[in-house]
Amino acid sequence: MNAIRLYGRYVGVSLRSQMQYPASFLLTSAGAFAATGVDFLATWALFARFRQVAGWHFGEVALFYSVIGVSFALADGLTRGFDIFGDQFVRTGDFDRLLVRPRSTVLQLLGYELRATRIGRLAQALVVGVVAIRLTGITWHLAPWATLLFAVAGGTALFSGILVLQATLAFWTVESLEIANTLTYGGVEAAQYPLDLYARWFRNFLTFVVPLGCVSYFPVAAVLGKADRTGVPAQLLQLTPALGFVFLGVALWLWRYGVRHYTSTGS
Amino acid sequence: MSDSAIIVDRLTKTFRVAERRPGAWNALAGLVRRHYREVRAIDDISFRLAEGELLGFVGPNGAGKSTTIKILCGILEPTAGQCTVGGIVPWRERVRHVARIGAVFGQRTQLWWDLPVIESFALLRDIYRVPPERYRQTSDELIARLDLGRLLATPVRQLSLGQRMRCEIAASLLHEPRVLFLDEPTIGLDAVAKLAVRDFVKTLNREHGVTVILTTHDMHDIEALAERVIVIGKGVILADGSLASLRRGALAERRLRVHFAGEPPATIELPGAAVRQREARSIELAFDPRLTSAHRLIASVASEFEVEDIHLEEPPIEEVIARFYAQHEVDG
Amino acid sequence: MTASALRPYHAVFRARFQLLLQYRAAAIAGFGTQCWWGTIKVMIFSAFLAGPVASPMTLRETIDYIWLGQAFLMLLPWSADPELARMVRSGDIAYERLRPVDGYAYWYARAVARRTATPLLRAMPMVLLTGVVLPSLGYGRWGLGPPAGIAAVLLFIASMALVVALASAFSTLLDVLVVMTLSERGVNILVAPLAIVFSGSLIPLPLLPEWLQPFMQYQPFAGLLDSPLRIYSGHLGGWSAVGALGRQAVWTVLLVALGRAIMRRAMARLQTQGG
Repeated sequence: MNAIRLYGRYVGVSLRSQMQYPASFLLTSAGAFAATGVDFLATWALFARFRQVAGWHFGEVALFYSVIGVSFALADGLTRGFDIFGDQFVRTGDFDRLLVRPRSTVLQLLGYELRATRIGRLAQALVVGVVAIRLTGITWHLAPWATLLFAVAGGTALFSGILVLQATLAFWTVESLEIANTLTYGGVEAAQYPLDLYARWFRNFLTFVVPLGCVSYFPVAAVLGKADRTGVPAQLLQLTPALGFVFLGVALWLWRYGVRHYTSTGS
Repeated sequence: MSDSAIIVDRLTKTFRVAERRPGAWNALAGLVRRHYREVRAIDDISFRLAEGELLGFVGPNGAGKSTTIKILCGILEPTAGQCTVGGIVPWRERVRHVARIGAVFGQRTQLWWDLPVIESFALLRDIYRVPPERYRQTSDELIARLDLGRLLATPVRQLSLGQRMRCEIAASLLHEPRVLFLDEPTIGLDAVAKLAVRDFVKTLNREHGVTVILTTHDMHDIEALAERVIVIGKGVILADGSLASLRRGALAERRLRVHFAGEPPATIELPGAAVRQREARSIELAFDPRLTSAHRLIASVASEFEVEDIHLEEPPIEEVIARFYAQHEVDG
Repeated sequence: MTASALRPYHAVFRARFQLLLQYRAAAIAGFGTQCWWGTIKVMIFSAFLAGPVASPMTLRETIDYIWLGQAFLMLLPWSADPELARMVRSGDIAYERLRPVDGYAYWYARAVARRTATPLLRAMPMVLLTGVVLPSLGYGRWGLGPPAGIAAVLLFIASMALVVALASAFSTLLDVLVVMTLSERGVNILVAPLAIVFSGSLIPLPLLPEWLQPFMQYQPFAGLLDSPLRIYSGHLGGWSAVGALGRQAVWTVLLVALGRAIMRRAMARLQTQGG
């Protein structure tokens, strides 16, 4: 059975396991929806007082928020196995269990769980997206939608890459979670505002090191028809999400290095 | 050598362990700087195992058993030395290697906790790429042999420990491995479940010729199953041979329990034997079979006293192993 | 209570405190995280405050609020004691009744350790970095400024002490609710967003819309972060500051009473269910 079909089997198994506890699923999903909803209401409250930030209006910031929110919800749902890797696999020694199976560890961890409860966060980010599209008046042309989809795909790859890095770090330290949270939750926070609001060094970080700006700010600015004020040529704006995939590639390469470290030290 | 399923040659593994010191000040100091210590988990271990052998791997906690098993499973790379399992170096070609071995870790499960057993089996079939026809045949046989029929639809979390262990063993054999690693397969099981597991492992080894490496703390597992025992302590092999030879080396004595018709005598003087234990109606004698024979001992006891019954016993295997550990100054 | 009667609570406090101090990587990682969040927030809020609409807080007050908020982030009752939650799941919680001590006080002592050890490790380097290192490098504008005066310092210290008392009462209430509902899930899902929004950790409470302000000042979460932070920068001074201390104290007493009442019922229920 090839890897993709096996992944499909894993997903089926995972969803069936989670549906054994429907109440827990509903509670957690609703909780995630409410928690992120409150978070967004706070952003709205700021705009209610200050009207705009650096020339950007609520609807535009809502679009940044939505793109980054959808990406994160998808990545977080897909890569649960990597997210809990330190706690559930390294600390307990259960990673050995994966190593005695004749499949790649990445596939097995992806298949560990498709986290259905992320639907709560996904739904919230989509609702914000609908609001944002109404407020900004994006038209139903192919080009802006293709760009938004590409941004979400690149964002999902980027966040997945961060979670893979978090898992990789768990081979060395027990507390990799918090470092990665800086980039995941902290990244969501940073990337929901336009990049031109930040200091230069931080903009560069969000462009070249962890390219969060490339999966929300640049493509969304292109969709909104705003000229970028940080100096990226207009023709390039729509292509930047590709860096998200590059980031994931690097993360997977480091992961292999981490696995080799684990098998040589047994930490 | 083609008839060697497993060749282990001068295997060594060292770990670096962080030291933690007590006290608030040291906890704070530990934030800044940590001290490490080198620990040699296994030290220059060599042995060979022929195809179809059943090896008992015995030793106190921390002796290096699981380190050795992990290396043989391809999970861990040794610091020095070589080993091959079926001609493959485990850690070099992990995926190819693990497709050909089975492993049961008694303390952790390979089944999906919330799903019926049969779904776990089906998923493992896909993970190991077992052809459907082959899977049907093997799973039917395992289900029949381990009596799993009624458990298949039950979620794993609802199984008793014994039921789960039977399922675990079946799960590890669905891809028909030629080598099976059993790490504490009877831990926590009740007597009936233990017997079922031992019985199955024995058949698997004797009838199907599967090479088995068994680690356990339960010496009855070893007694029931293993023709050959390796005792490991502080990372080195202390003994490698049959259980009988281990017994001869460690605690050769045998015991004679004599039940008397009336009061046991106050003293018994018999050459080569000593009183080990004294109860209301019986006395237990310990003797060295190299100095005196059971036959001679029984004859002289029966002629001197009015004896009701006599049992000839060997010391329990736990005692032999404990004595062995004590002789080699490793903690049991 | 005599000294010997207090011994078990002191002992559990000390043991937890020392244990929590050992998480080196967590402390370093947490510090990094909080620097990162603080930096983002400083930049975002500066951008908002630079706009044409007048702000109820000056930039200086806002930045102080952000950095201190990051420094004392771990004081917030984010979740129930994970170890206790584990005991509830395994059923070992029933054995807690066997301890010959006042159950609430025992858990409260654990909570005080949790709400002081970790925050202490996080706050000290944060204050050092933003209050000393940044200004000496010439970035004082973006760092933590000095307190508003001697009175502000004294009131701030008093308010922080009350924060520990209040946060521990909150934590213990969460613990008790976990025992009551026999699951940490519901409690943890609800409390984190509440704490982060209503304490002012997400957005300084004075920056929220005007019509929300009366409610914001009287709800209990304000006493966890908002009150001392505004006292420090002088945004809250004189009798307003004293009033904030009073509200912190009143909420502490109320939450302790509530926690005790629920704990009695939860433990009684454990008894009838046999754990």
